[in-house]
Amino acid sequence: MINEYAVEVTDLTKHFNGLVAVDNISLDVKRGELFGFLGPNGAGKTTTIRMLTGVIKPDKGSASIFGYDVVKQGLKTRQLMGIVPEMSNAYVDLSSWNNLMLVGGLYGVNKSTRTERATSLLKRFDLYKRKDQLVKGFSKGMKQKLLLCMALISDPSILFLDEPTSGLDVESQRLIKDIIREFNTNGTTVFLTTHNMEEANQLCDKIAIINHGKIAKIDSPEKVRKQSSGLQTIEISFDKPVNGEDLLKLPSVNGANKMGDKFRLCVDETGVAIVAIVDYARLKKLNIIALNTLAPSLEDVFLQLVKES
Amino acid sequence: MDYIVTWDQFKRSFFIVEKNIRIYYSKGPVIIFGLLMPFFLFLSFYIGRDMPIETLIPGLLGMTAFFTATSTGPAIVPWEARAKTLERLISSPISLRTILLGDVISSFLFGIIVTVFPVIASVMIGIEIVYPLILIFGVVLGTLCFASFSILLSAYPPTDNPSTIMMLSSMIKFPLVFISGIFIPLEELPVWGKTVASISPLTYFTDLTRFSIQGTSHYPIEINILVLIAFTIVFLFAAIKIHEHTIQKRL
Repeated sequence: MINEYAVEVTDLTKHFNGLVAVDNISLDVKRGELFGFLGPNGAGKTTTIRMLTGVIKPDKGSASIFGYDVVKQGLKTRQLMGIVPEMSNAYVDLSSWNNLMLVGGLYGVNKSTRTERATSLLKRFDLYKRKDQLVKGFSKGMKQKLLLCMALISDPSILFLDEPTSGLDVESQRLIKDIIREFNTNGTTVFLTTHNMEEANQLCDKIAIINHGKIAKIDSPEKVRKQSSGLQTIEISFDKPVNGEDLLKLPSVNGANKMGDKFRLCVDETGVAIVAIVDYARLKKLNIIALNTLAPSLEDVFLQLVKES
Repeated sequence: MDYIVTWDQFKRSFFIVEKNIRIYYSKGPVIIFGLLMPFFLFLSFYIGRDMPIETLIPGLLGMTAFFTATSTGPAIVPWEARAKTLERLISSPISLRTILLGDVISSFLFGIIVTVFPVIASVMIGIEIVYPLILIFGVVLGTLCFASFSILLSAYPPTDNPSTIMMLSSMIKFPLVFISGIFIPLEELPVWGKTVASISPLTYFTDLTRFSIQGTSHYPIEINILVLIAFTIVFLFAAIKIHEHTIQKRL
């Protein structure tokens, strides 16, 4: 029977020198999903990925990849993965071609397939002309592209990408994002860690926000934005000046900032606040010139959740 | 934990071998050091001593096989831990045993290739090899034993500093050369010297080589072969055990 989940994590915990790096986290990622794992520096993202990819062993809890336990069936789980780690770990004394041949060989990819895929990937990432150059002469962007080629040479069922676009120029970022999308569309599950909220918003089907080793939220980016309390915003402008203090007294409104000829109101429930604003305008004989509802950015939600946790 | 490496994993270990040869063993200084160091050590003991060269050739072969097979192997794991490439290997679908096997095979091949040079040189200067097949078998077995020893040398402490391991290796390797009957035949050693020599695998390799060149040896050749096999198994087993115990501290 085909397992519905690509990743299942239950109560995963890891300590380093008595400090909890990952604290009892549980999550699951469905097959074919593009999952974003967000968090500030030191939140536990990389430690989680390192446990899932078999580099370090969890102290407690379990994790499985396509139904295989990452500790007890490590060879099977690792065979299904392509990994782009946080820090470049290509062999700098080998050429990009030899790095790809090595990784393909370690994954048991036969020679003709290895050669074919390496050629195609290097061309796709615009590295083919430098295939015989040692990696030590590569720029950060070129190394990052090579790491992605190395992750894809085995045609993995799941990709673990730890900050894949960090520190890259806009063009390289766009290329990598396009390729992530393309592989995901073709059925590859993607587990992506990032600081970049916009990137997560653009790419991910589901996100988890982790802070101090604990999961603060898991949902789709849109739902996470909508569920956030106190971050929904309404911009309103009237035909006559109004007192901001009056607006603050309206139901569900918990903040009112004057911005030019309009007010930006922070509200708990958008619908309740709009009704109250309309009633207020009628009562004060005001005409509403413009009324816009603004959902919070994922970044706002992220900062709020991190602050709360 | 079983100690069997599957055929599939065995095949994958040759990609580790290829990587090691490209990165670590194909460097000019490594090859030259592997050849010159035993040669000069040999010369320093040969010149000025009234000994037939046949007596010292087994020692030269012993030093060459020993120093070359253990020259780079101990540094590979700490080197890769520092460069984070060890993490790349650990997260690949190969076991730690496969990685270590690849390291042993590459040390073994390097040791064999370099040891061929003094063998050819010995033949060219007129040294008669009484039992050439035993010499070939002895060089293969001895180099495998020393290659296994090389990964044991890298097992502890679990450092990512290659120079620490190289220093500790030298502290073990050089005394072994001096207690293994290389420069003084075992028969001429006092009882305590023979006892100390018996704990070194190099002793049995040199004795086996001496038999193949001169036709005589201190120990029966069966003992030399069995002890070298036993040392190889113990080194491999201990290295795997210790590496499995310490690998997490390197990552």
